[in-house]
Amino acid sequence: MTTTTMELSTSAEKRKRISYGMTLLVAGLLIYLLFGLTTQAGVSTTFGLNLAGSQAIEVSDLVVPAQLTVNLMAAIAAFAGAYQLAKGIRSTGWLIGILAVTFVIAFLTWAAQDKSFNLTGMLGSSLVRATPIALAALCGVISERSAVINIGIEGIMLMSAQTAVVTATVSGNLYVGLIAAILVGALVAAFHAYLVIRFKVDQVVSGVAINIFGTGFTSFISSRFLQKATDALNNSGTFPIISIPGLSKIPILGPVLFENNIVIYLMILLVVVMHIMLFYTPWGLRTRAVGEHPKAADTLGINVYLVRYVNVILGGMIAGLGGAYFTIGSVGRFDEIMTAGKGFIGLAAMIFGKWNPIGAFTSSLIFGFADSLQVKLQILRVPIPSEFLLMAPYIVTMIILTGVVGRAIPPAADGQPYEK
Amino acid sequence: MSETATPSQTKTGNRSSLAQELLVPVLAVVTGLIIGAIVIVASGANVFDAYGALFTGSFGSPIRLIEGLQVYFSTGETKELLRAIYPFTESLVTATPYIFAGLSVALGFRAGLFNIGAEGQFFIGALCSAFVGYSVKGLPMIIHLPLAILAGALGGALWGMIPGYLKAKFGAHEVVNTIMMNWIAFRLSDWLLNGPMKASGFRPVTPNVLPTAELPRFFDDPLRFNLGFFLALLVAYLVYWFLFKTTTGFEIRSVGANPDAAKYAGMSIVKNLVLVMALAGGLAGMAGSAQVLGVDHWVGQGFSAGYGFDAIALALLGKSHPFGVVLSALLFGFLRSGATNMQSRAGIPIDIISIIQGLVIVFIAAPAIIRWFYRIRSIKTEETVLTRGWGK
Repeated sequence: MTTTTMELSTSAEKRKRISYGMTLLVAGLLIYLLFGLTTQAGVSTTFGLNLAGSQAIEVSDLVVPAQLTVNLMAAIAAFAGAYQLAKGIRSTGWLIGILAVTFVIAFLTWAAQDKSFNLTGMLGSSLVRATPIALAALCGVISERSAVINIGIEGIMLMSAQTAVVTATVSGNLYVGLIAAILVGALVAAFHAYLVIRFKVDQVVSGVAINIFGTGFTSFISSRFLQKATDALNNSGTFPIISIPGLSKIPILGPVLFENNIVIYLMILLVVVMHIMLFYTPWGLRTRAVGEHPKAADTLGINVYLVRYVNVILGGMIAGLGGAYFTIGSVGRFDEIMTAGKGFIGLAAMIFGKWNPIGAFTSSLIFGFADSLQVKLQILRVPIPSEFLLMAPYIVTMIILTGVVGRAIPPAADGQPYEK
Repeated sequence: MSETATPSQTKTGNRSSLAQELLVPVLAVVTGLIIGAIVIVASGANVFDAYGALFTGSFGSPIRLIEGLQVYFSTGETKELLRAIYPFTESLVTATPYIFAGLSVALGFRAGLFNIGAEGQFFIGALCSAFVGYSVKGLPMIIHLPLAILAGALGGALWGMIPGYLKAKFGAHEVVNTIMMNWIAFRLSDWLLNGPMKASGFRPVTPNVLPTAELPRFFDDPLRFNLGFFLALLVAYLVYWFLFKTTTGFEIRSVGANPDAAKYAGMSIVKNLVLVMALAGGLAGMAGSAQVLGVDHWVGQGFSAGYGFDAIALALLGKSHPFGVVLSALLFGFLRSGATNMQSRAGIPIDIISIIQGLVIVFIAAPAIIRWFYRIRSIKTEETVLTRGWGK
């Protein structure tokens, strides 16, 4: 029995090793064929490392010979592939890392050959664009860790976004808008929790109903009121950039991490706090117990329903913060259906991040990077239609969900109502 | 996820149980309309004007109808009469794509799949039909029209099949994947409508389909009532027959009711899931075909907006039964068509319908609320809709 399982696992390991090795080899070849051959000889690519108007100490830009860099990336990928085939690197994370990094560097060098490309600006906008995705993902993590699926994040974010901008404009205070957005998020999430816990409504159906209601309600308010009185209701301005003294002076990292608005700082803070709460406090232990085995948790005296209510509502507050980002955190006005699927991408980030706050944040960054890359490439006039670049985040999401990059296992009781 | 509806349970026994089955949906719609009325009042409009416009917009004005009939019987002139029945036929026109799209989602529900991608499948179907409709020339209608419809069905089927395959093979959740496919469809259509499929001119729209690919209309302009409506009814019957009278239909319902049992009985989960998503996509694609070939004759941006979510509401309201879907599609057709009138006459944004739909879904999914609200003792609650958590 033991030997057969071992044999099975070694043969599966072997197949996995070969497939990863081949993938890297092919990637190396593709980099060479797609980018290496089409890069002009003797041309260099400039990566800008300074951001105009930032407080960071200036450093000189990074200028690299384009063709050499691209070919070097192709060689690294191919070498890693060959090494994997021969010896095996084992760590899936490293392999995917090498694949992604070589491909992206080669692609950027190719796309910006003979031109300048601001790397710092790109990293900064990746973080900004990752913010709503990360907040949606964190909302998903906290409620699904207690086994309640919340697919209505999109609808919650829309309603919070609208509430934020309207209350902020009317009151003239952005922080009032922020609090209102969080309260609306809590309220809608509480309704979701009530439906799925008290009435045992199918969790996905309830979430979809929230999305439909949220889309309809915000569009209704928008076309009936906001569009007619933009200045009085839908023009709040946005949170100012807060530079953290000292830290914002660090080259590259300073402008990316320490010159942001309050929503982005709160998001980063939430990632850390949620990680600690989930894994190092009694509350976290209870949450995870309720998510994995509610019956056992109940036997130990944990109030399963209460834990679920609390977590779903906390999640709603986080989604509310995410909603506020869309309006008072970035553009200062509400447009119909402005979330554009970010709530769902957040759920994919949660799955890719294996229901861990830090994992969810990291995968959100990848989506944010893909999102901002597409904007930069339009500016660089890369000969690919922008519509296809815009598809990238959605395709990446689908690939991630297939589990080819490591299977994600949800909390065991995820999506199931609990009956005493 | 308890109390799974077994395939045999879905038959309605006698008249009293049918009435019971209808009670919750009817009360859900009524309650939705009442809350909608509260929203209208709260937004500072007159609810009687609004719902009055909703009624005349969906059924037509009775006075006009009588006048039209009088003119017709006294002079034989049909112009007045046609004008009087215009709102009614327009509601049926609106209901046509709803029937197809609702069937798409309902079919998915029967197999335990949640197809949120009807909107993208609709768009792709419409684009494929439009393409065959305007680019293939010189065919007689008897070949060209079916070909254009088939193209739409196949396009939608492909769009549905991809998430179905990913679900069956990798366990990737269809809810997220169908939504991703929607966004990919929108971006693809942006590109197609601004590039390869763009008609000459300023706007990003396709050329008009040729007359040989148009679904024939029964009356002169402006009445757009066309063959598509009866095609939808026929397809609804075929879906009913497929689900309840064929072996494959039984397999699909078994997979939906209890995948483990179906697997042990020797049914292929992978085959059935891919098949259902392909069929569901095909139905949504046909919704797009019916709309482009029967009504608009060209496709523009945002062509499918709202149909995906509406289709979900339809399937839930119709309890995932093809005939139930037809009834609820008619209801939504009348509501939407009337809401357009309500928007222009009473200034109520058409989005009020989405609010009502969201509420109706909640009430249908949680009959206990309706029961509590109307103090009804016992309503037989049968859960027809079942989705499962991630992965499984």
